[in-house]
Amino acid sequence: MALLGHTLLLLALAITLYGIGASVYGARARRRDWVDSGRRAVYALAGVTMTAFVLVEIAFQRNDFAFNIVTQTSSTTLSTFYKLTAPWSSQAGSLLLWVMLLSFWSSLVLFLTRRRLREIAPYATAVLMGFAAFFDSLACFAANPFATSSPAPTQGAGLDPLLQHPTMMFHPPMLYSGYTLMAIPFAFAIGALISGRLGSDWIRDTRRFALAAWLFLGTGIVLGALWSYTELGWGGYWGWDAVENAALMPFLCITAFIHSIQIQEKRGMLKVWNVSLILLSGTLAIFGTFLVRSGVLDSIHAFGASTLGVPFVCLLGVMILGSIGLVLYRRPALRAENRIDSLVSREAVFLFQNLVLVAMVFVIFWVTMFPLISEAVTGTKVSVGPPAFTPFVVPLALVLVALAGIGPIISWRRVTAANLRRNFTFPVASAAVVLILVLALAHASSKPLAIAMWTLGSFVIATVLQEFYRGTSARRAMTKDAWPVALGGLVRRNRRRHGGYLVHLGISVLLIGVAASSSFQHSHDVVLKPGQSTTVDGYRFAYVRPTEAALAAKISFGAVLRVTKGRSYVTTLHTTRGYYPSTDNSTGVIGRFFAGAADSTVGLDAGLTRNLWAVTSVNPTPLSGYINQGDKYFADYLTAIMPKLSKLPHAEQNLVLDRYYAYRDEAVAGIARRFLTHTWPVEFLIIVAPLVTWIWGGALVVVIGGLIALWPVPVLARWRSAAVYRARLARELA
Amino acid sequence: MTYVIVLLVLFIVVFVITAPLRRGTDDAPGSDSGGVPDPSPELLELEAARDAKYREIRDAELDHQTGKLSDEDYQAVDSTLRAEAIEILRRLDSLTGRRS
Amino acid sequence: MDPSRKRVIRLSVALTAALLLATALIYVSFSAGRDEFTASQLLARAEPGGQYILAGTVLDGSVHQQGSTLLFSIRDPTKHVAVPVRYTGIVPDPFAQGRAVLVNVTDQDGKFIGQQNSLTTKCPSKYQAASGAYN
Repeated sequence: MALLGHTLLLLALAITLYGIGASVYGARARRRDWVDSGRRAVYALAGVTMTAFVLVEIAFQRNDFAFNIVTQTSSTTLSTFYKLTAPWSSQAGSLLLWVMLLSFWSSLVLFLTRRRLREIAPYATAVLMGFAAFFDSLACFAANPFATSSPAPTQGAGLDPLLQHPTMMFHPPMLYSGYTLMAIPFAFAIGALISGRLGSDWIRDTRRFALAAWLFLGTGIVLGALWSYTELGWGGYWGWDAVENAALMPFLCITAFIHSIQIQEKRGMLKVWNVSLILLSGTLAIFGTFLVRSGVLDSIHAFGASTLGVPFVCLLGVMILGSIGLVLYRRPALRAENRIDSLVSREAVFLFQNLVLVAMVFVIFWVTMFPLISEAVTGTKVSVGPPAFTPFVVPLALVLVALAGIGPIISWRRVTAANLRRNFTFPVASAAVVLILVLALAHASSKPLAIAMWTLGSFVIATVLQEFYRGTSARRAMTKDAWPVALGGLVRRNRRRHGGYLVHLGISVLLIGVAASSSFQHSHDVVLKPGQSTTVDGYRFAYVRPTEAALAAKISFGAVLRVTKGRSYVTTLHTTRGYYPSTDNSTGVIGRFFAGAADSTVGLDAGLTRNLWAVTSVNPTPLSGYINQGDKYFADYLTAIMPKLSKLPHAEQNLVLDRYYAYRDEAVAGIARRFLTHTWPVEFLIIVAPLVTWIWGGALVVVIGGLIALWPVPVLARWRSAAVYRARLARELA
Repeated sequence: MTYVIVLLVLFIVVFVITAPLRRGTDDAPGSDSGGVPDPSPELLELEAARDAKYREIRDAELDHQTGKLSDEDYQAVDSTLRAEAIEILRRLDSLTGRRS
Repeated sequence: MDPSRKRVIRLSVALTAALLLATALIYVSFSAGRDEFTASQLLARAEPGGQYILAGTVLDGSVHQQGSTLLFSIRDPTKHVAVPVRYTGIVPDPFAQGRAVLVNVTDQDGKFIGQQNSLTTKCPSKYQAASGAYN
């Protein structure tokens, strides 16, 4: 099967090269049949890569340890669910996933646009196949998912326990879908620049591609944050890690594009800017993929194997130089048709928003890459980290939120005092009320940035509510429908706008949650014995009793914490620290059960207004005396029975060994149980943070808003509305 | 066994990819397999521009209804947009040879 | 004010803002930045009272718990040297001997004290770090 898989990858490479050739030839010779053939090559690529991926999945399900990636990331004790997700936890497997998702999304998009954009699509196909060729060659020659070892081991290393979390099933495919979807508007932009077709149909389709990429990438980022918060033992959701930043940068660029493209649609301005944003987003997406895999920057995510770094740098170089060259080549076609009239208009607000977003991207890029920049300039790697991000990102985020509120309610072209009065009164008043309440109730005067975010966030929420209200009542005045029906009709008729409003609402809620949970969290690091307690932010955490469980897959030590506030009971938290057995036999027969990977299970009570979060780090060191004794005892025992064992028939050998293992397991369980019977003080990290749930809730609203904006208008409705307008305008024509 | 599967996959791939090439020579260039002529790029471009213009007209209407455009501003914007839409429709008509 | 003059003014304002941002960025980067060293570089260049980031692999057999303090040594990727570190605070789940880590340290008279909660470990299933044993 390894040969079959590797051959499929080579076949895929051949298909990509053919696709590039056929598409470019078809475009230049204006031969429709070659263009179609090139497009079908993309479909074929999707089929072949999906088949290859299925083969990998089969290998995992069958515990085929001849395959290196199965040995590295799976084991016989791994559950079926995680065997399905383990393929993309390795470098080689994830490369294959990347190619597969790229070919899948490309096939879908090229199929949907097969009758449109006919001068652009062939070049776009060639670019997409170029990316596929790049990643497929890496999979074929540098990190082969079908690489085998002989003789095949009998057991694998197992999946890193940190990855055994449902979110981990969706986070990489979502992120990769986001990255590969970014390649599509990039490819179509290249195609548009080459063919010179930069008109309305290119804009309309690119906007949808960009929105889809934005949605998937954003979901991937939020899932990563959620996983970090609920699974890792540090209690945070965003660490400004290099890889987190790498996904955030293209996301912010596309956010800018989604807004500035509206100016191009309406006023024919910012053409160079928009096409540059698309090209930059695609480049940043590839750059992000490069950062994760090259090990070039320190990150908890880094894949390592710096042999992959050089090809990526070459690809990025080609992309950047190619983009700049093409934009310069097409400058005449990208001339602006209009200029901004007034700095107090919606166009200006959109432009400021774009500038703020680009500034944010620049800051993130600079600080993330600073270790490399400083090493190149001064010879020493200088690392900055989170303290450098916040002084810049937070003020920029505040400006962004303010603009998100102002933008929808300010008028196009120019603003008047009457317009200001009519539209800004309610939102400004609401924000003022929130500000007063916050200052009065929350003792928040020491945290001006958080207060600013809450005030501005409320401003945005108020504008969105005002827009929905006014739009619905205007529609009601016309159609005499009930409120819910009118609301539904309003949203259906103006999906982009109202989906966008929901996104603004969701982002505001999310950022309010971020501001609250970062500025007002209380965390406490404490060592407790059973019976002792500690108080964090008014909540009393009492360590009730230790817990222990010794299973085949892991040994977990934990604690039960009873939480009370004042005199009322709040909740009970269970937190454990699990130890997985190590495959390294040098750590001892018994010792290896306590020496492998460890993970924490967080004790979490997530509420609407506050989260109670606790982890414990139980160190097995007090058991080391017993463990060492056990190691010696069992090693000696095995040495003693070895000579007799080899003389026994096979079946009896297994019986003796089974008894030995059972005896050993009992010993391990017995030693572990000492945590209950002869317990020792353990360290707890307890965090009480407000409004964390608002982050996830806000993100969900953002996703819903994005889906509404992206939802295609049913063909029938489009024809109907077009007919209505045609009739009205026809009267004027006549 | 592996070789059989590889050959099978290869055959399917080649079949799928070369289908347009095997058909293509007897159809007129610029038409798809059904023999129906595809809309020209100019037509698609104009239709996209027309849809965008209709959306703008609707947006302006909504802006006016929710108070972001004053009555005079709305009249001005609306008539400009309608004039631009009419121009697009005229060009569409001339392309499709249809009478209004 | 005629349009082209307006544009020049707007452009100048925008460029000035960009320049200010860039200057602030560079200033913060160099002032808040810490040098990142391998074990051998740290031993050679650390100054008393200085704050650095130590990067490397945890030396096999060097991990000990002393009450609430964790003791471990970070070995140099190429040379036969290791730096012992005393660390308090959150220990990430993947931390173990042979894993690649980063920790902020302060040089206190030749002893390296890890800054609380600054220890980060790379995801072991994906990263091929230098081995924890000298070889």
